[in-house]
Amino acid sequence: MASFKPTKVQFLPKLGEKVTEETLYWKNYKSPVQIKEFGAITKIDFSPLPPHNYAVTASTRIHIYGPHSQEPIRSFTRFRDTAYGGSFRGDGKLLVAGSEEGLIRLFDISGRVALRQFAGHSKAVHVTSFLSDGFRVVSGSDDLSCRVWDVPSAVELSSLTEHTDYVRALAPSKLNPDLFVTGSYDHTVKVFDMRSGSSVMTMQHGHPVECVLLYPSEALLVSTGGRYVKVWDLLKGGQELVSLKNHHKTVTCACLSSVGNKLLTGSLDRHIKVYNSSYKVVHNFDCDASILSMAIAPDDEALAVGMTNGVLSVRHRRHQKDKETLTSRRRRGPSYQVFVKGKNFVPRQDDFLVSKPVKQYLRKYDKQLKSFEVSKALDTALQTWTRTSKPDVTVAVIIELNRRGTLKNALAGRNEESLTKILNFLLKHIFDPRFSRPLLMVGDIVLDLYQQVFHESPVVERLLQRLMEVLGREAELQQELLQVLGILDTLFASLTPRKEVMAHAAPPVAQESQLQAA
Amino acid sequence: MVETSDIRVVRCGGSKVNLTPPIISSDSRFVLCTSGDLVKVYSTRTEEWLHSLQGHTNQVTGITLNPANHLQVYSCSVDGTVKLWDFIDGILIKTFVIGCPLFAIYVSEKHTGVLFLHVSMATDSKNECFQLVSVHLPKSAEQEVEAKEMSAVSSHISKNPSCTAFGRGGEYIAFARHLQLNVYFFRKQKTYSFSLKATDKKGAKNAFTCIACHPTDDCIATGHEDGKIRLWRNFIHKKEYTYSTQHWHHNAVNTLCFTPEGTHLLSGGIESVLVQWQYGADNRKEFLPRLGGSILHISASSDGQLFCTSHSDNKITVIESSFKVCGVIQGLVKGDAVLTDLMIDPRSKALVLNGKPGHLQFYSLLRDKHLYNLDIVQQEYIYEAGLDQFEVVKAAFDIKGSWLATVEERGKKSSDLEFFLKLWAFDERTQSFVLNTTITAAHTDRIISMCFSSSEETTMLVTAAEDSQFKAWCQGADADTQQDQNFWSCDFVGSYHKLNPTNCSFSADSSLLAVSFQEVITIWSPDTWEMLTTLCQPPGVIRDLCFGRLSCSKYLLGTTTKNLLCCWNLLTCELEWSTSVDVSKLQPDPFSENVAAFSYQSKHTDLFVFKPSEPRPLFTNKNVCSEKVHRAVFVPREEPLNSCDESTQWLNRSQLYFLTQNMDLLTFSTATEEDRMLSSSKQLVIDDSVAVTPFYLLLGKHRQQQQKLNTQSHPVSDKPQQTQGSVTIKELLHTPAHVLPAASVLCSMFVNSFLISNTGVQQDPLR
Repeated sequence: MASFKPTKVQFLPKLGEKVTEETLYWKNYKSPVQIKEFGAITKIDFSPLPPHNYAVTASTRIHIYGPHSQEPIRSFTRFRDTAYGGSFRGDGKLLVAGSEEGLIRLFDISGRVALRQFAGHSKAVHVTSFLSDGFRVVSGSDDLSCRVWDVPSAVELSSLTEHTDYVRALAPSKLNPDLFVTGSYDHTVKVFDMRSGSSVMTMQHGHPVECVLLYPSEALLVSTGGRYVKVWDLLKGGQELVSLKNHHKTVTCACLSSVGNKLLTGSLDRHIKVYNSSYKVVHNFDCDASILSMAIAPDDEALAVGMTNGVLSVRHRRHQKDKETLTSRRRRGPSYQVFVKGKNFVPRQDDFLVSKPVKQYLRKYDKQLKSFEVSKALDTALQTWTRTSKPDVTVAVIIELNRRGTLKNALAGRNEESLTKILNFLLKHIFDPRFSRPLLMVGDIVLDLYQQVFHESPVVERLLQRLMEVLGREAELQQELLQVLGILDTLFASLTPRKEVMAHAAPPVAQESQLQAA
Repeated sequence: MVETSDIRVVRCGGSKVNLTPPIISSDSRFVLCTSGDLVKVYSTRTEEWLHSLQGHTNQVTGITLNPANHLQVYSCSVDGTVKLWDFIDGILIKTFVIGCPLFAIYVSEKHTGVLFLHVSMATDSKNECFQLVSVHLPKSAEQEVEAKEMSAVSSHISKNPSCTAFGRGGEYIAFARHLQLNVYFFRKQKTYSFSLKATDKKGAKNAFTCIACHPTDDCIATGHEDGKIRLWRNFIHKKEYTYSTQHWHHNAVNTLCFTPEGTHLLSGGIESVLVQWQYGADNRKEFLPRLGGSILHISASSDGQLFCTSHSDNKITVIESSFKVCGVIQGLVKGDAVLTDLMIDPRSKALVLNGKPGHLQFYSLLRDKHLYNLDIVQQEYIYEAGLDQFEVVKAAFDIKGSWLATVEERGKKSSDLEFFLKLWAFDERTQSFVLNTTITAAHTDRIISMCFSSSEETTMLVTAAEDSQFKAWCQGADADTQQDQNFWSCDFVGSYHKLNPTNCSFSADSSLLAVSFQEVITIWSPDTWEMLTTLCQPPGVIRDLCFGRLSCSKYLLGTTTKNLLCCWNLLTCELEWSTSVDVSKLQPDPFSENVAAFSYQSKHTDLFVFKPSEPRPLFTNKNVCSEKVHRAVFVPREEPLNSCDESTQWLNRSQLYFLTQNMDLLTFSTATEEDRMLSSSKQLVIDDSVAVTPFYLLLGKHRQQQQKLNTQSHPVSDKPQQTQGSVTIKELLHTPAHVLPAASVLCSMFVNSFLISNTGVQQDPLR
């Protein structure tokens, strides 16, 4: 006598991206904290010193936030017009910012009034930065020039006017105080050496450059502009290493994580993409609005994103500690001892063993299927928890009922409530290619069974209406896909070279064998 | 034409054991059942086939214990004889010649010397009418007696033997036909008949399907087509009869049986659930579910301790009265059709084919024994008539037997076809196949053909389907999955002008793959997946395809639907020869160059065995059988025969088994093989006659030593000595104890027999 064979739940391949270490790492951020600023956030810069405060440049202010505060701990508001590009000095004590009117201001972190003002640019200054010696400030402006300023004397050291369009990107070298990289809307990226007073390298990005970024080793340079992110090898004289096209709108900002130097890029298409070392996208953050600026804290503790709608969203890393507090709050289950109680007994040599048949534990729906209670089994499979978290189990029960030829019986005689459950399940999963076949069958049977009584329930009617709509849309989509497939087929067919098939003109040697004679 | 006298077609695998109800001997030690023209005797404890009662010349249709002597059994057969056997020793006691085909036999204790038999009324061959006759057995000492003294009890009885039963120790006999229940009282010589309406308001189908009578009470239980069981009482009065109805079975009740005390009623049907109803308290019942195929017959032993059920999957289950299965006697499962090919498991050398629904059965041809069932579908089987079930339609082993590929299919009738491709790995630890990969949507349409590559190093599976594609599957080629488990995944998809493939085959060394697309054969290289060439011989779609082996490996054989057998030379890509034969099955022998072709012409099948290199058959056998042959397999022999006769040489290394449309498994046996079998069976008899007792073991050891000594010292004088010694010892062991002289007399002689005389020439101890 064989025992009851439980319903086989098919192991289905998981859809979507595969889970790797990288995705796990980048998924380990808490849900973002949203802070409203006064205007579009154009620049975020983290202080190099702990506790890693960050300066947020938006509208006519620069706010400095602490790592966990949602209120600014300090704000610089003495701007007559929009401020741009607030960035810290290497020691985190000074802050420099450009502005719409062309003035560059230098602030002490603890002060309120600007220590220095550098005047000279005729148009808005969008990017400013300290050179790595800390005594000079470099700025890029819409008047096509880049200027270097001396902090102590507040005089202009040099002016470089090699760009032919707005300069909107700037990255100073951390290793050499005389080097900095600029990107401009004239589609070029230039490396300037202060010692020679001119550019030493020019790279064609091909699109207006929005952001440039140097790797810590300063052998690699990242430039973003248009939909492209390009990586250049500086040691090979500015050779293009890769060109990435993962965004579908202009890429506005890029930054490097401090753990493993992973590249992150943000774009107007509201996505932040994380690349691994071979420049494959490993993770994707979604935001509410187009991203203008982005910065990541040292040790990847927080990711701050500034958007066009003036919302600053800060994601903090989740720590093991937080998890522990969560689990400790939960009631502890029975201990291990309870489960092994009486089961780890080792019989002695002379003991007489009475073997007990192993009890077969069945799921509830299997028990009901075993006793042929088909309707109840379907109800069990459609319970909220199973339905939502394990739709494959629900579908497996449906398939099993169909195999037994009792799916119609199980679906018949239902009230509005349970019918709504079924229809909702259909709405959610009918397009899943893994489930669509059995679910379409369920849909057919439901229509057949309840055709006469649908109009009595507005709820069910509405659900059916929706089901019809989405089904129509899906059918259209499928048709379009088929068309595309056809187009591709013709393309491939025309691409493959015509191969001459050797014609073996084999004369049929119809040897009348003795088989027939026999 | 080659002489075929020393090659015979032999039936093997046994016949159905579930045709008639099995009977249990009164001491509950033996189960007897009919199997073809034999009656087989099995042990109830060990489930072992002890011996068979051989003598009928046609299908045995009924067996029953002799009520006068519980060690004897009557059997009736279509050949028109009733035979009386001593079933413990397997001796035929008497043969009664009746003279017309018999279909069932009944006996009753009250009617000694009278048999009740079902005979066919030979009035009309189309409209079969059966008659119940009683036959008085003449008392005579002869072996073969003619019994002509027949008297009809009733005409117009059902052809179903379970619709007739004796009641209350033989006072009356009840038989049912269609919607009428008749009870014939022997004392009154009168028949009462009770009839039911064909259908009632609820659409019940009331036709009788089986009948059972209570052993002590006046009660008749009848089973009906809609699953109802009616208990009839008070039928002694024609008008005032009553019946009560029980309904549990959802389909026709196949069989009913009262326990000998009459306390319980057992019933069974297609659901394969044995139901035990308590007599008198009818709503109390016990169930024994999932016994196997649908229950066809139930019988109980005379002491009520054992029940026997016979099932549609050629199985007899022995059940204790406490409702515990204690034994299963399984024959070769023969369904309506074998969908898979006949295959040989390379490890166990067992024949593999469809078994129970959703299973593959492994059947040892050597021991003629069912080994085990492998559950392929792994789903609860629902016993319901007309339900579309998953069935294993294709299966293939790789060359080492470490992989098994199966295809299961459902929904042939309806439009939505469901099928799964499964790959099973052989697990050394459990010595069975374990599911490795299930591929749900291997193709978009039905898989037509499947084969493994024949190379030892890499295993590759090729499937060809009706979606005009063939796919190659490899183990662990998917690099994306991070787990390093050995799953199978698709390696290559090939097609040819959107034609539907019909067959695929690997060459002997797996360097070539041939896939036939309708009329065209394409040759591919499995290493690069490049199409090398195409071969075509229109008209006619390619039906079968195989490569030659060994020295003929450059040949490719193909058969077409337009009665053509073609042989291509792959080196020149030219047709070597072709002939016009309607080949229904082409089977290459994996151990030689030979290829067997079964051809079906004018209602009989011919066999040709030939080598692809020469179009002259090695062996021809006309009229092998009268049905079409679709499945055949070469089975390697344990030890090769060394026949040098040209006509039997092809059977030296392997044996050809084939399956006809009537599901008969046949094979060819040669004269030398039969000689060997005969001699081995003789040997067996001698060995068997000495009971294995401690005494025998002691003696045997001595004898062995003695033999060894003899061979060392006197190899020439060994033979006569040994035979003499064995004869004397046999005499001693087989003479009944009361005839032997006293032990004291024997002892000295006996001990003397063990002494080895140091003169070398041993004296005869007993003389």
